[in-house]
Amino acid sequence: MYTSEFTYHKASSVSDALAQLASNPDAKLLAGGHSLIPTMKLRLASPSALIDVSSLPELRGIRTEGDTIIIGAMTTHRELEFSKVPLLSEVARLIGDPMVRNKGTIGGALAHADPSADYPAAILALNAKIKIQSSSGARVVTADEFFQGMFTTALAPGEMLVEIHVPASVKGAAYEKFAHPASRYAVAGVAVVVHSDGSLRAAVTGAGDHAMRLTKLESEGVSSACKGLVSASDLMGDHFASAEYRAHLVDVMASKALARAK
Amino acid sequence: MTEKFFGKAVKRVEDPRFITGAGNYTDDIVLHNMTYAAMVRSPYAHAKINSIDASAALALPGVLAVLTGKDLVAAGINPIPPGWLLPDLKISAHHAIQPDKVTHVGNIVAAVIAETRAIAEDAAALVDVDYEMLPAVALGSTALAEGAPQVHELAPGNVAFKWEIGDSAAVDAEFAHAFKTVEVKLRNQRLVPNAIEPRSSLADYKRAGDEYTLYTTSQNPHIHRVMLGAFIMGIPEHKLRIVSPDVGGGFGSKIFQYPEEVIVLFASKKLNRPVKWTATRSESFVSDAQGRDHETVAEMCVDADHKVLALRVKTIANLGAYLTTFAPAVPTYLYGTLMNGTYKWKAIHCHVTGTYTNTVGVDAYRGAGRPEATYVLERIMSRMALELGVDPLEFRRKNFIQPDEFPYQTPVALQYDSGNYEPAMDKAMAMLDYAGLRAKQAEGRKNGKYIGIGVSTYLEACGLAPSALVGSLGAQAGQWESALVRVSATGKVEVLTGSHSHGQGHETAFAQVVADELQIPMEDVSIVHGDTARLPHGWGTYGSRSAPVGLSAIKMASDKINDKAKKIAAHLLEASVDDIVHEDGKYQVKGVPEKSKSFFDIALMAHLAHNYPADLEPGLEATHFYDPKNFVYPFGTHLAVVEVDANTGHIQLIRYVCVDDCGPIINPLIVEGQVHGGVAQGMGQALLENTVYDDNGQLTSGSYLEYTMPRADNMVQLEIGHTVTPSPHNPLGVKGIGEAGTISSTAAIANAVIDALEPFGVKHLDMPYTPEKVWRAISASLPQAADD
Repeated sequence: MYTSEFTYHKASSVSDALAQLASNPDAKLLAGGHSLIPTMKLRLASPSALIDVSSLPELRGIRTEGDTIIIGAMTTHRELEFSKVPLLSEVARLIGDPMVRNKGTIGGALAHADPSADYPAAILALNAKIKIQSSSGARVVTADEFFQGMFTTALAPGEMLVEIHVPASVKGAAYEKFAHPASRYAVAGVAVVVHSDGSLRAAVTGAGDHAMRLTKLESEGVSSACKGLVSASDLMGDHFASAEYRAHLVDVMASKALARAK
Repeated sequence: MTEKFFGKAVKRVEDPRFITGAGNYTDDIVLHNMTYAAMVRSPYAHAKINSIDASAALALPGVLAVLTGKDLVAAGINPIPPGWLLPDLKISAHHAIQPDKVTHVGNIVAAVIAETRAIAEDAAALVDVDYEMLPAVALGSTALAEGAPQVHELAPGNVAFKWEIGDSAAVDAEFAHAFKTVEVKLRNQRLVPNAIEPRSSLADYKRAGDEYTLYTTSQNPHIHRVMLGAFIMGIPEHKLRIVSPDVGGGFGSKIFQYPEEVIVLFASKKLNRPVKWTATRSESFVSDAQGRDHETVAEMCVDADHKVLALRVKTIANLGAYLTTFAPAVPTYLYGTLMNGTYKWKAIHCHVTGTYTNTVGVDAYRGAGRPEATYVLERIMSRMALELGVDPLEFRRKNFIQPDEFPYQTPVALQYDSGNYEPAMDKAMAMLDYAGLRAKQAEGRKNGKYIGIGVSTYLEACGLAPSALVGSLGAQAGQWESALVRVSATGKVEVLTGSHSHGQGHETAFAQVVADELQIPMEDVSIVHGDTARLPHGWGTYGSRSAPVGLSAIKMASDKINDKAKKIAAHLLEASVDDIVHEDGKYQVKGVPEKSKSFFDIALMAHLAHNYPADLEPGLEATHFYDPKNFVYPFGTHLAVVEVDANTGHIQLIRYVCVDDCGPIINPLIVEGQVHGGVAQGMGQALLENTVYDDNGQLTSGSYLEYTMPRADNMVQLEIGHTVTPSPHNPLGVKGIGEAGTISSTAAIANAVIDALEPFGVKHLDMPYTPEKVWRAISASLPQAADD
């Protein structure tokens, strides 16, 4: 449980962090550290440098611009838990424990893209957008473009997630999670959002190798019976929950989330 | 009257230091010039060590030494022996560092000593071990199968021992005329102990006197001194001091002699510097001896009046790769002898095959054999009740040993000294409103609400143990306990005990008893344990032995203090010693309270000896060695209520009533805490904890991401009651309570789960009752939907 040796740099600004990142491709950005540090202690990751961006003021806070809420990447789970951001406040409450929620950040969690993390389902269902910055400029990607696979996102080397954009209001939203009793990560976490235009978006996290949209539920709409939403062959399985059981849990959690969201 | 402390819910005196971070744990100890060890552990379950190249590790600045198994063998260090022998036991050589071959993941192949822990870890990663992988086996029954990989050459077929107790022919005879028989096949899954404080050892060799001090996380420092000194390292006992300071939980896992303790002692002498090692949690998962892991087939039969006749049990006990300190005793004498429970059997036979596998060693874990026996017995009793269509509690009531039948000789060696089982059951039933809840259960089932009620009317044998008896059964240790009560000139009292507290609250409960005995304030008594240099001798704390055995020794040493104090008082008061009474905190002439001496007066005079009986030694201290005449036999009734979510298979404990009889209660607060912890641990086994080895012997549940420890939201507020049946053979009548919760709750909760699933036709499932397992059992009973 001792990390390899690394250097630590506390970034003074986003541009400072990006410059550091550009100069050392082996460096990692440090946010709340609740995923990265344990990984380093187990020596599954051994970056030669950490660039701490966790307390940069420009990356923190929640503000509304028109019909969009803009969340700084270093906003903590705890801040979201006590915010009025649709769905994300409910999701944040289910992450870890108070200590984790006080340190962990939404940007860190999304960039890490743990297949069992809670936010990705909500981000997909909310149709959120992700603002990404590098030393050469900024770009915005959709949630669908952002999550690409297990621990894999649209972030390229030298890039940094800086903002999350979500709709300021929705008609209804809910997240239902069947948590692993040990890790309390999602074995199946389903987010359902009825958007202001009446469209329905739904996504699941935890069951597969990355968060994914529940297209069958979306096409069936609010009257969906939530049966057979996903195929077990698309899911993961382990000694706690087989793919077949996860597929069943997706239906059960979707049914509960839909009932609350509609 | 002086204040009486026995029976009072005195707050634990040790808690302020624990909850303010002022405890002194092994890893807190920092010595001048200290170095750090890191272990190189096998990533494979079974492999030959072809060669070890430590050159890269040794080249790292700050690395002081890399030790291998060959270094230890060359220095004459012996393997770690088991502390209990059985006839024809095949003993695998358990080297502190394996010289030739590894037999489980986590087996130590080298140790790095460096200036800092971080350097030691870096260097450990650089030690290049050339392994030749061998096929591995992880499950007991698989290890016994034809053609299974051989873990140790000296144990053909992986059989470490075969053991039996009871009368097989008598059992057969009962089955031949039985009214009804049932059979259950049970897996009592393996558990990882998970004390909150990981193991830690710090060795300090002093060349000046050729003396060693080992600070280590131990439940029984004297056992370590004997094993390390006499058997493993050849250090004379008076040159080896073992200190186990504050210890953060043991649950059995800190009884045993571990390799790391040998390694740091050896390294400290070699480097002439202190050497510390502290486990990471990941290391704990692959190096702390684990618990349970039985595969059992049990059968029982009854007559037409539903009276139990005979019980037949065949168990495969997975011992892991090595026999750790008490490994041979746990699945035999602490298991087979408990099969009688609280019932009147005509015959019992229990056969156990101990097997070697490529897994971490299995040894005592809270309850040690008794939870395994209770699980078998209480599950099969409930199963029989189900088959007979009778209430599981009334079926038990009908078969209880009656209060006038004690002492009661069981068919499996134990002789119960006392017991009264029905009042505990009646009390538990009343607390639960058993009849009312059964009605609610029936009503709920009509509306898709599935609750289950489970019972365990357990009995355990604890207070280990009469030395001659355990010696005749193979123990390589005595099981008495010693105490030294030392009164200073100012009347302050130091009590040195061979018992060890690692969460039990001895500093409080023991002080309550001594304060009562000497009629002095509790704060004038301090309890000292965990240091071989300060204590007479002792065998430590396990098997719920500290109150019945350790405290009996303290009580009897205190009696000696009072006897001597009376002699001093008689002299000072110019009275006959027979006329001196000890009342109101004073030694006084009977009927003449103004003629008295305080405890302080006596203590001072004992030390001054100015005006003193001619034939009496000065000083005021007494030692007592107490060897119990029998085990003690706590019992009780536990009732668990669970609810199953038929959609997901999730089981929630919703009520838990326990009525325990641990004899007279010294401190209800501590007893309640022990029951809480015990029940939580037993619940963990029933519902949550799953130790999963894959076919290659890899532990795939080796972290808190996968291994589910009980948490607050898995528990309910326990409803606790007691009955009091004193033990007739120890001076305070006390029995044990440290393990009862664990021994009983697993079976009670398992029975509740199976009861909840009864509408789905489920008669048995193996623990832990994880959601998918329960969901599958429910699904299997439902008609398949047309579109599936």
